[in-house]
Amino acid sequence: MKKLIYLMIGDPKKVFTPFNLISGLIIVVGLVLIGLRLFKGLGAVTNLSQTTPWGLWIGFDVMTGVALAAGGYTIAATVHLFGLKNWEPLVRPAILTGLLGYILVVVGLVLDLGQPWRMPFIMLFPRGVTSVLFEVGMCVAAYLTVQVLEFVPAFWEWLGWDKVRRFWSRLTVWLAILGVVLSTLHQSSLGSLFLIAPTKLHPLWYSMYLPLFFFISSIVAGLSMVIVESALSHRLFAYRLSSSSHFDLDELTLGLGKAAAAVLYVYFFLKLIGLADGNHWDLLNTPYGHLYLLEIIGFVAVPCALYVFGVRTRNVKAVRIAGAWTVIGIIFNRFNVSMIAMNWQISPHYRPSWMEVTVSLALVTMGVWVFRWLVNRLPVMSTDKPAVGANTLKDLWAAEAENA
Amino acid sequence: MALLGANPAQAAEAAGVLGRDDTMGVLVDTTLCVGCRSCEGACNKVNGLPKPDRSFDDDSVLEEVRDTSPTAYTVVNKYTVGKGVEITRKQQCMHCVEPACSSACIIKAMEKRSNGAVTYRADLCLGCRYCMVACPFNVPKFEFSKASPLIKKCTFCFERQKQGEQPGCVEVCPVEALKFGRRSELIEEARKRIHDTPDAYVHHIYGEHEVGGTSWLYLASTPFENLGLPQLSEKDYPELTAGAMGTVPAVMLLWPALLMGFHYFSHGKDEAHEECSHRHDSR
Repeated sequence: MKKLIYLMIGDPKKVFTPFNLISGLIIVVGLVLIGLRLFKGLGAVTNLSQTTPWGLWIGFDVMTGVALAAGGYTIAATVHLFGLKNWEPLVRPAILTGLLGYILVVVGLVLDLGQPWRMPFIMLFPRGVTSVLFEVGMCVAAYLTVQVLEFVPAFWEWLGWDKVRRFWSRLTVWLAILGVVLSTLHQSSLGSLFLIAPTKLHPLWYSMYLPLFFFISSIVAGLSMVIVESALSHRLFAYRLSSSSHFDLDELTLGLGKAAAAVLYVYFFLKLIGLADGNHWDLLNTPYGHLYLLEIIGFVAVPCALYVFGVRTRNVKAVRIAGAWTVIGIIFNRFNVSMIAMNWQISPHYRPSWMEVTVSLALVTMGVWVFRWLVNRLPVMSTDKPAVGANTLKDLWAAEAENA
Repeated sequence: MALLGANPAQAAEAAGVLGRDDTMGVLVDTTLCVGCRSCEGACNKVNGLPKPDRSFDDDSVLEEVRDTSPTAYTVVNKYTVGKGVEITRKQQCMHCVEPACSSACIIKAMEKRSNGAVTYRADLCLGCRYCMVACPFNVPKFEFSKASPLIKKCTFCFERQKQGEQPGCVEVCPVEALKFGRRSELIEEARKRIHDTPDAYVHHIYGEHEVGGTSWLYLASTPFENLGLPQLSEKDYPELTAGAMGTVPAVMLLWPALLMGFHYFSHGKDEAHEECSHRHDSR
């Protein structure tokens, strides 16, 4: 029994930590607000209006969430398709982060939809085939499934189902390919969504290259998120790393930084091509123009240079700072396209309410809790390390029998 | 190729076929409108909408520019143009020839009907509000204050039209500022009015070509942007995303083949390497 309690909540004495209390409070307030939204409508909680139908829950939960969850497909492709096996230890945490990210995207979307219970209609009555949103919906649903299938081996290992686990490994390459195909489609389509609003999105951001921008920047987002997330989790969950897994995270980080620098460099020039193609140079010296310059110089060119510096001087810390910087830059970009530069001519301009912000924060916090819970139990960081409760189901039953 | 690139309405015209261009429409002549708001009252009645706070005879409503709402599918606004010249204009759904909302809708709850109306399937809508993002006229309105909200907008009185009646607003207009008829004939009529009294009008029929054409057309004595109508290109909106959607099959076909190639290439390298080192060992 004691073991089972441990399995569920860990050491009961260690439950009430400052982190748990603060994050728990955010989650409780978030849940209350979610209840308010469900019973009183979107108007009771959000600052959305008839002229600003999409706000933070689309701009952050969906647009940014999907971009930041791109680590799963980028690392899976690196290891399983491009054969760079050294990065294998980073695959599982990246896939778990991605999977949880997409679950949050779906939860955010459910809260934002007027009739969320009709979500299955998209598949039951596939009528909207000309809709970019239809493509996004189908791809996200499919990719969510792919990510579950990519992550379950950790669960098979915990159950001790070796045969299933071995069979599953044959799917790895195919799942990685599906991941790349589906991600290419919906990462870019999140950008295509705004192509239908040429009069509403500021001309500096509106571009026929939006799908390409979104796709290329999702690769950067994925690589940078893996850099940041691996640095954090290898510090926080160091006890979950086995002594036998003697990979050098610094070396892997430098490799990722090199790749991120290259893709970010390409992305920067793509943005310049977009700027030239849009031919709105005159708008650069306006408040929105300054915001645009801040984005492509301050959050694309500068972190790119920092990545290059970090890789050249083998300065892992610089690479990690560049990673975090890029992640903030991606968030900034998605916010600009979906909220700040969107409906730019409408005043007063949309600002999220504190309730919208709290709900989004609560969702992320829940994601962190679930990540921690799973990492502490399943073989995510490495395959043979003491877990909360027990390493495998077999161990758990054995311990229970012993206690009895 | 030129024919393929053109929008369907133009293509149909070029081929001498009267297709969707021959659907029903309304010509709004703002030089005739007196701002009596009878159309608003009629719209409220035929759609069974809740009574507004201020009655439809209360002209003080015109002092501020209003927008349509979930409970008012049409509104008349007063615009002051130049020196004290006041022009009133009715606004409602334009019922585009190639509607952006319909092409954007995730489940095609917005449907282009054979008579030209763009109607809404309340039984399918997910409430994603992408139609609102897509519509260049900001027409679809969402019930933000309801727990089970839907989109609300002008229906072009689709049911009344089916029974051979005119839209409610057109029927009550006391000065015939609204004229209901075939779109092609309305365009002829508008051209005739401009030709007969060239000084009374800006020589442009708003909606003839904007966003690929709209069923509701406007005539005015002043540039249309003074009357709150946005300046829009002639490109129809579904085309804006059609290109991006067209790449889907290419991605789905090219990526797997290419990636499978990469996989075997990198894998093959490993095997070759292993074999090589194996030989080394045996030596």
